Amino acid sequence: MSREEQHVLSVHGAGGELAGQLLARHVLTRFAGHRAGRIGLEALDDGATVALPPTGEIVLTTDSHVVKPIVFPGGDIGRLAAAGTINDLAVMGARPLALTLSLILEEGFPFATLDKLLDSFATVLEEVGAALITGDTKVMGPGEIDGIAINTAGIGVAAHAVSDADLRPGDRILATGTLGDHGMALIVAREGFRLESDLRSDVAPIWGLVERALAVGGIRAMKDPTRGGAAAALNEMARKSRKTIEIDGPSLPIRPEVRSLSEIVGISPLEVASEGRALLVVDPAAAAEVLGALRSHPLGEDACEIGRVSTSHPSKVIIATEVGGRRFLEMPLGDPVPRIC
Amino acid sequence: MCLAAPARILSVEGNDATVDYGGVRTVARLDALSEPVAVGDYVLVHTGFAIRKLALEDAEETLRLFEELAAALEETADDAAVRPHREDGGRP
Amino acid sequence: MNGRPFAFADPSTAARFAAAIRRLAPADRRLRLVHVCGTHEAAITEHGLRRLLPENVEVLEGPGCPVCVTPTHDIDAAVQMAESGAVVCAFGDMMRVPGTRRTLAEARAGGADVRTVLSAAESATIARQTRRDVVFFAVGFETTAPMTAAVLLDKPPENLSVLVSHKLIPEAMACLLELPGASIDGFVAPGHVSTIIGATAYEGIASRFAVPVVVAGFEPLDVLYATALLLRQFHRGTAEVENAFPRAVSWAGNHTALELIRRVFIPCDTHWRGIGVIPNSGLTLRDAWAAYDARTRFDIAGRTGDDVVPGCRCADMLTARAVPTDCPLFGTACTPQTPVGPCMVGAEGACSIWHRYGGRPTL
Repeated sequence: MSREEQHVLSVHGAGGELAGQLLARHVLTRFAGHRAGRIGLEALDDGATVALPPTGEIVLTTDSHVVKPIVFPGGDIGRLAAAGTINDLAVMGARPLALTLSLILEEGFPFATLDKLLDSFATVLEEVGAALITGDTKVMGPGEIDGIAINTAGIGVAAHAVSDADLRPGDRILATGTLGDHGMALIVAREGFRLESDLRSDVAPIWGLVERALAVGGIRAMKDPTRGGAAAALNEMARKSRKTIEIDGPSLPIRPEVRSLSEIVGISPLEVASEGRALLVVDPAAAAEVLGALRSHPLGEDACEIGRVSTSHPSKVIIATEVGGRRFLEMPLGDPVPRIC
Repeated sequence: MCLAAPARILSVEGNDATVDYGGVRTVARLDALSEPVAVGDYVLVHTGFAIRKLALEDAEETLRLFEELAAALEETADDAAVRPHREDGGRP
Repeated sequence: MNGRPFAFADPSTAARFAAAIRRLAPADRRLRLVHVCGTHEAAITEHGLRRLLPENVEVLEGPGCPVCVTPTHDIDAAVQMAESGAVVCAFGDMMRVPGTRRTLAEARAGGADVRTVLSAAESATIARQTRRDVVFFAVGFETTAPMTAAVLLDKPPENLSVLVSHKLIPEAMACLLELPGASIDGFVAPGHVSTIIGATAYEGIASRFAVPVVVAGFEPLDVLYATALLLRQFHRGTAEVENAFPRAVSWAGNHTALELIRRVFIPCDTHWRGIGVIPNSGLTLRDAWAAYDARTRFDIAGRTGDDVVPGCRCADMLTARAVPTDCPLFGTACTPQTPVGPCMVGAEGACSIWHRYGGRPTL
């Protein structure tokens, strides 16, 4: 294999012959036939069209991804980019129609790795029936960027978009599965921590899961607990609605390995990301049925009720602890660091 | 004073032990321990070193101590002679 | 029993202890119990234990946060070493502590090679993988000092040096009791420090100052159990040392770990941020290991900075003479996002933790 066939060169980002080759060999081979309207990916036009249904709200979202390491237990940055964008649409109540994919690559980035990431991206799209319809590739010099950065935008349509702010006293809070798996798996995977476990990221597209809950009805608000974890997501919902969220500590779904890891490094599982989960605020009359709908889906097996909405401490989140205490669950400050004490 | 968690020894290789904290494994050094340990023992690990052997019987003993105190304090609760005081000249 | 045989959080036992504490608490005065361990503060916080205590029984954190009591000049020394090209290895919670000019995190952002490590041994491993100077910032109390010693006793690589900032707990406890305005009715002694130094280490304090000391573990029931024992002692008027953590603490301590410390270190007077110099409260390397002393190798000596900004009352928090809400800067000029003093930076600093409660210790 020639050098240009093994590693990305700066000329691959220059829009000429080799850029076309990169698309032909690595992108079009994986996303053959992807379209969401009359003009799709293969046209390699300046843009693509999206055929929108006559009713509903159009939801647009965008995300950039720079996670390290780019391959981690349970996934890679390709899977994370696709799932992250699909999940942002999902928790707005929107069916994902199409994604964009922009790559910024460091010169020398191995094509073998790029292929793996693109495969992961394609697999996620297939899981939810969304299309990759347009994108971009740029190449920066060695050291000017660390490996790869990915930006995605996603477009979806919702019958009625679901915000993250409509909380009413008595509403139930549901979690679709275990919390903190992704964040903790990344902590294990990062260089320097001599920890080993079978813990894997939970990264997954959750549109299919959310769709079942939406079909039941009574969903007042949704949020996916990514950066900052469940603590950040719950606090944002409490602040925007000026209500209180009361969490029942013992009900929180947390894997034993995640709990153990949190004790060793002193980082709470509620403050690190999940990438395949959602928090739902549900009308109490619908809660049981929504829970049943979530549990009927493979990604929702561990779904459970974790709390409810009240008014005692506006804009705050309170957690009742196993031993019978109570305390605030605060908005996390930033990237948590392991501590000794 | 510091973050230490109980872990179970999976294997011993000289001065090092592979330990398991409920599904998370790491290596801990044994040179700060004052007692011998073997596979299957629990140890308290702090910043990569085992500092104490823990026995499962000690967990049961802990529960027994809790029960003993809780019961003892409940017994004295009805004793009318019980009054809070300090020897330093505080309230009678 | 499940996969966590050493977890103790049964709510009905907790309720029994809480009721007993309530019965034993004095009717007419406040009781001030002091602990000296960030992990105790974290346990109390995580489990919302203060809500189970009567309003007039306070449990306060003293100088138990190594982040908070590391003097500014040690931070400055570490930053200087990093800026001069050494690889500086430190525990994660040391990264954001303010020095005179910068934090270690800021030094890293400015291009210095500062790395988070989980152990002293990791620093030695890093030193074996590079030719550059590697400095281990040795912070922590008696639980952590044996590890630094063990690394130095195990053929340490030549390019490794240690910035020693270890401190000793019993001397700090004694210092607290000698301060003017001290009002401490009992100590909750730190469990893991005591694993090393033994419950015997507190006998002098209990008898000299007539104050009860109970060695406590970190499970929620361990803390409540120890608090109940302290209340019982208060009620009886006794001032004894009790070991409420026998599964992990013996009377004499861990002689192997103590020997490691003794072989490598000798006690010295040392400066505690916000408190000042406490005699015999620190550790310094014996002559045989002088070559591994980072301060000597990098020729950094003496004090270079002010510890506490005027107006900041960290000193009073660290000496358990005030609570965070007594400080006028608390929650206004001083917040976790804009910390003025170290107690707001350290994850186990009293101010940082109280701020998380919305400014109150109980809900």
